[in-house]
Amino acid sequence: MSTVAKELPTTGSPTLQVRRPGRGTKGTALLVGPPIAFLALILALWYLVSALLGRLSFLLPAPHRIFTEGFFDARVAGDIGNAIVQTLLVSLAGLAVAIVIGVVWAVAMSQARAIERTLYPYAVILQCIPILALVPLIGFWFGQEFFARMIVSVLIALFPMVSNTLFGLQGVERSQRELFKLQGASRWTVLTKLQLPAALPAMFAGMRISAGLAVVGAIVGDFFFRRGTPGIGSLISNYTARLQGPQLFAAILAAALLGVAIFALFGWLTKAAVGKWYEPATN
Amino acid sequence: MTLSTPTRSPAAPPTGTALLDFRDVAMQFPNGTIALSGVDLTVERGEFVTVVGPSGCGKSTLLRIASGLEKASAGTASVATSRIGYVFQDATLLPWRDVESNVELLAELNGRSKKDRAAKAADAIELVGLTGFEKHLPKQLSGGMRMRTSLARSLTLDPELFLFDEPFGALDEITRERLNDELIRLFAEQQFGGLFITHSVSEAVYLSTKVVVMSGRPGRIVDVFEVPFDMPRDPDVRYTGEFAELVGKVSHALREGHS
Repeated sequence: MSTVAKELPTTGSPTLQVRRPGRGTKGTALLVGPPIAFLALILALWYLVSALLGRLSFLLPAPHRIFTEGFFDARVAGDIGNAIVQTLLVSLAGLAVAIVIGVVWAVAMSQARAIERTLYPYAVILQCIPILALVPLIGFWFGQEFFARMIVSVLIALFPMVSNTLFGLQGVERSQRELFKLQGASRWTVLTKLQLPAALPAMFAGMRISAGLAVVGAIVGDFFFRRGTPGIGSLISNYTARLQGPQLFAAILAAALLGVAIFALFGWLTKAAVGKWYEPATN
Repeated sequence: MTLSTPTRSPAAPPTGTALLDFRDVAMQFPNGTIALSGVDLTVERGEFVTVVGPSGCGKSTLLRIASGLEKASAGTASVATSRIGYVFQDATLLPWRDVESNVELLAELNGRSKKDRAAKAADAIELVGLTGFEKHLPKQLSGGMRMRTSLARSLTLDPELFLFDEPFGALDEITRERLNDELIRLFAEQQFGGLFITHSVSEAVYLSTKVVVMSGRPGRIVDVFEVPFDMPRDPDVRYTGEFAELVGKVSHALREGHS
């Protein structure tokens, strides 16, 4: 600590250096300390309940068993690994399709009030109907395998892409539009040089939500269809049917980590794409 | 040039070198609001006309008609040039473009070659004193620097008629005075015709060769003052008795027009 204090004056603004949170051992401790303490509490309760359950402990296996009987078991780990890859593929395909359809849909609506009035109600309806109710029908029509799972994923992930992109495209300031209008810019020029770049932050915010939903869709579809190369959904379904508690928890944990990873990936992508110039209004 | 030229009403007879010639111009919006009524206004080359008036008196509408963004609902509004610079209330920079590429935007929209617009932008950036900031993004700039970038962007059009819609209203006093002086220097160098909208009477008198006072809604012109001081203006003119007297007269006319 003393060496750090000695070096500070050379950096110019020691007050700024010291105040910045999340830097140095003390800052890090403050940042990760509370959530870790909370995790410890949860684990303690978990062990307690698991012990109290006795012979019914498959309902809530002790946390270490998720690893000893789950992740550290070569066969289970292999199954979960393959399933995660399969689910990831379905999610990414679903997300890609949702992004393309969502952006095209929003661009079409941004071009004319009449188109917006015609198409927006369907975006809302899509958001309102419980997709789960459609899942059997989708399997019925699209063959219960990769393609059908992807469709479920698209349907769940689509709305945030449509609404966020539209919000971004319409959020362009009037004076900026007029700046283009004064030069006689075409619709296409306004769209590509003004509206789409201006909408990027909103589109990325939509993508982040849609990415998480695409994973949910991929798992739900697979959980229901249980056909084709097993994803995490059919794995969860199988483990549940066989009352394999630790394996089930391992699969759930893996699915959760997949969701977190995709969310983090899109957070990073957003920063890389628009972080340099984007200034949130609250700043 | 693909400039949207507000070439309206061939009926309006061209008077001398008037860049902008408004005869009996009126503006009524579809909702019934009358924004302007019976406005006669000319801006000649080498003239800097400032319009002062209370909020909502249709000052901005005047500019919107001049630029072709809006069509007058009565009267003739003729503009004798297609090289029109328009400076908005806010800097209207595209936040994802750096200074250089923001300044290049208008030439880019007009389909100029890359080399051509880079040269134009470099000149304009130098004129407004932003050399060295070419690669800065708008979020890294102060309000005054953003406005300079916006000015430079308009300068790339080599405007013959320059329209300003309260461009310095949001800036602090010191920045505002500095930009007023720079605008006067630009005006003296380039001899465009200027039409400037402002709330501030002293800014109006300091900047212009002619001050036009408008009444409250519906906006009509109640008085016109010629400003006798030399161009380019000596900043110290602001502290002379004559200046104060003229500011007083304009303010008076403004108050009478408002009541």
